[in-house]
Amino acid sequence: MTTIAGPLKPPRTLGVWGWLRRNLFSSWANALLTLGSLWLTTLALRGLIRWAVTEARWGVVTENLRLFMVGQFPPDQIWRVGACVLIVSLLLGLSWGAWGGVLRTFAVAAAAGMAMLALVPFDLSVRLWLAGNVALIVGGWGLARRLPGIRWRRWLLPGWLLSLPAIFFLLRGVPGLKPLPPINTNLWGGLLLTFLLSVVGIVASMPLGILLALGRQSSLPVIRVFCVTCIEVVRGVPLVTVLFMASIIFPLFIPEKIHIDRLWRVMAGIIIFSAAYNAENVRGGLQAIPQGQVEAARALGMSGLQVTFLIVLPQALRLVIPATVGQFISLFKDTSLVGIAGLFELLYIGKAVLAQPAWLGRQQEVYVFVAIIYFIFSYAMSYASLRLEAALGVGER
Amino acid sequence: MGEERLEVGDDIIICRDVHKWFGDFHVLRGINLTVKRGEVVVICGPSGSGKSTFIRTINRLEEHQRGDIIVDGIELTHDVRNIAAIRSEIGMVFQSFNLFPHLTVLQNITLAPIWVRKWPKARAEEIAHKLLARVGIPEQAHKYPGQLSGGQQQRVAIARALAMEPKIMLFDEPTSALDPEMIKEVLDVMRELARSGMTMIVVTHEMGFAKEVSDRIVFFDDGQIVEQAPPAEFFAHPREERTRLFLSQILTH
Repeated sequence: MTTIAGPLKPPRTLGVWGWLRRNLFSSWANALLTLGSLWLTTLALRGLIRWAVTEARWGVVTENLRLFMVGQFPPDQIWRVGACVLIVSLLLGLSWGAWGGVLRTFAVAAAAGMAMLALVPFDLSVRLWLAGNVALIVGGWGLARRLPGIRWRRWLLPGWLLSLPAIFFLLRGVPGLKPLPPINTNLWGGLLLTFLLSVVGIVASMPLGILLALGRQSSLPVIRVFCVTCIEVVRGVPLVTVLFMASIIFPLFIPEKIHIDRLWRVMAGIIIFSAAYNAENVRGGLQAIPQGQVEAARALGMSGLQVTFLIVLPQALRLVIPATVGQFISLFKDTSLVGIAGLFELLYIGKAVLAQPAWLGRQQEVYVFVAIIYFIFSYAMSYASLRLEAALGVGER
Repeated sequence: MGEERLEVGDDIIICRDVHKWFGDFHVLRGINLTVKRGEVVVICGPSGSGKSTFIRTINRLEEHQRGDIIVDGIELTHDVRNIAAIRSEIGMVFQSFNLFPHLTVLQNITLAPIWVRKWPKARAEEIAHKLLARVGIPEQAHKYPGQLSGGQQQRVAIARALAMEPKIMLFDEPTSALDPEMIKEVLDVMRELARSGMTMIVVTHEMGFAKEVSDRIVFFDDGQIVEQAPPAEFFAHPREERTRLFLSQILTH
C-alpha cells in the first residue's frame, strides 16, 4: 500500500456498470425480474408507439385545436386570449430574472415549448404570437437582470395577483366599448376555462382555507362552531353535489332579477369546496407547531395576531406544502367535473368534439391528448412543490 | 399605557399568597415572595414542586387563580394591556430554547423589537449585533437556529430576550437540556448578566452557579416556599429537614 498524502477521500462512486449490477442484477431472481419487466415495457411501448404513429388519426385534435384551447370563444375576438397569454409570459420572464429557482425551469420549458410550436406550420399570426411569447419571456428575464436594485421586485407578486382581474376584464369586455365587446362567459371554454377555474380556485381557496383553519381554533365559540360546520358540511358532500347546488339550485333562492353568471357560481362552489380541504391541511400544520413557540413569542410581548402571522402560520404552512399542492393538483383535475354544470372545460370539449359525425370513434386520440395536457400541468405543480420544499428546507432546520 | 403604577419602592416583583390549580391538583399553595431591583434569586427544589409553574405566572404564561402579583408597580390581572406591558418588561429563557426555526438568528433577535417596540429595522439590527457579541457568537447572525449547537442556541435565546431591554430576566432551567460541555458557556453569559445589575430569577439545579452568583436561594417543595436564605447560609446551615434532604441528594449524587 502506498501512503496517502493529504486528507482521506470518500470511496469512489459506482459508475454505470456498478450501478447496474447493484440495482438490477444483484441476484438471479433480480436479473430475471429485470429482464421480464424490460420485455413487458417494450411490448407495451411498441404497441403504443405503433398506434400513435400509424393508426391514430390526429386530425381530430389538430382540426379542433381552437376548440380544445378556448372553446366557443368568438374567433374574431381570440386575440384577447392571446393578449392574456402574453401578459403571463412577460410576468413569467420577469419572475425568472428576479427569483430564479423553479421559475427558471418553468420559463425555460415554456419558452422552448412555444419556440418549437412556432416551427409548426400554423397560421402566420399564430406563429408570430408564439414567437412573441418567447420574446417576452426572454426579454422579461433580460430586463429583470438589468434593472438596478431589488426594490422593484416587491411589485412582482402584486403584479401576478393583479394580472388575474386584468385577464378577466380583458376576456369579459365592456358593454359599449368598441374594441372590447362583452363576451358571454358561457362561451369561454376548453383549456382556457380549465385554467381560469383552477387558478382562481387555488388563489382564492388558500386564504379562505387558512381563515377557516384559524377560526376552527378560535376561542370564541360562535366563530369555532361556524367554521367547523362549514368545513364538515362541505367535506361531507361530493364536489358534484356542490356544483349542482351552484348551477341549478342556487338560482332558485335569489330573485329572478338578479342574474349571476353560471361561471361565477361554479367558481364560488369550487373555491368553497377546496377551501374546506385546505383548512383541514392547514389545521394539521398548526397542530404540529410546539406550544413552546407560542410561549416564547408571547413572552416577548407579541400580540395574538403577531404570534399567529409571524410565528405559527409561516411554520405551519411550510409543513403542509406537500398536502396543499396535492390539494391543488386534485382541484385542477376536478375542474373536469364542471361539465355537468354546463360549462365546457377541456374534457367536456373533448366529448363535444367526439359527438361530431366527422370524428366518430376517435375517442382514443382525444382522450390521450386530454390526458397528456392534464399530466403536463399536474406534474409541473408536483415538481414545483418538490423544489419549493427543498428551497425552504422542510424537515431540515 | 394608561395603567396605574403602584408605589412599591425598591421591590420590583411582589407576590402575595399566590395559588394555582391544574384541575384539582393544587400546584402553588400560597407563595409569598418579594424580589428587589438588581437582585439575583435562584429557585431550586425537587421536580414537580411548582417552581417552573411559579416563574411562569410572573409573566402570565400561567394564570394564577388567587393572590396578587405586582411587577414593577403593575398588577397582573385579566386586563390585556397590563399583561402586554408586563411581558415587554420581562425577558424569559426556556429550557428548550424555543428559538423560531424559520428565522435566522438575527431575525429571531430583531423580530420583537421591530414589531412590539416598533423600532426601525436598522436600530434593532445594530442592537442585535451588539448583543450577539456580548453573548460571544457575533459570527452566527445569519445562520438558522438548527445550524447551531445547543449552547449557542441558548445564548441566542438570551440575546433575543435582552433585545427587548427588559428590567427582569426569568430563566426556566436554562441548562437542563444542554450537554455538559455547553453548560459553562451559558452560565458564563448569565454570570456576566448578573454582574451587570440585571434582576434575575433563575430556576436551576446548578448549585455551583447558585452559590457563586445569587443573592438569595429559595427552596420550593410541594407548591410552597420551604426556606429562603443567602447562599452561604443556605448551604452551610439549612434550617428545614426537607432542605437538608434535598441538598444531600443533589450535592452527593
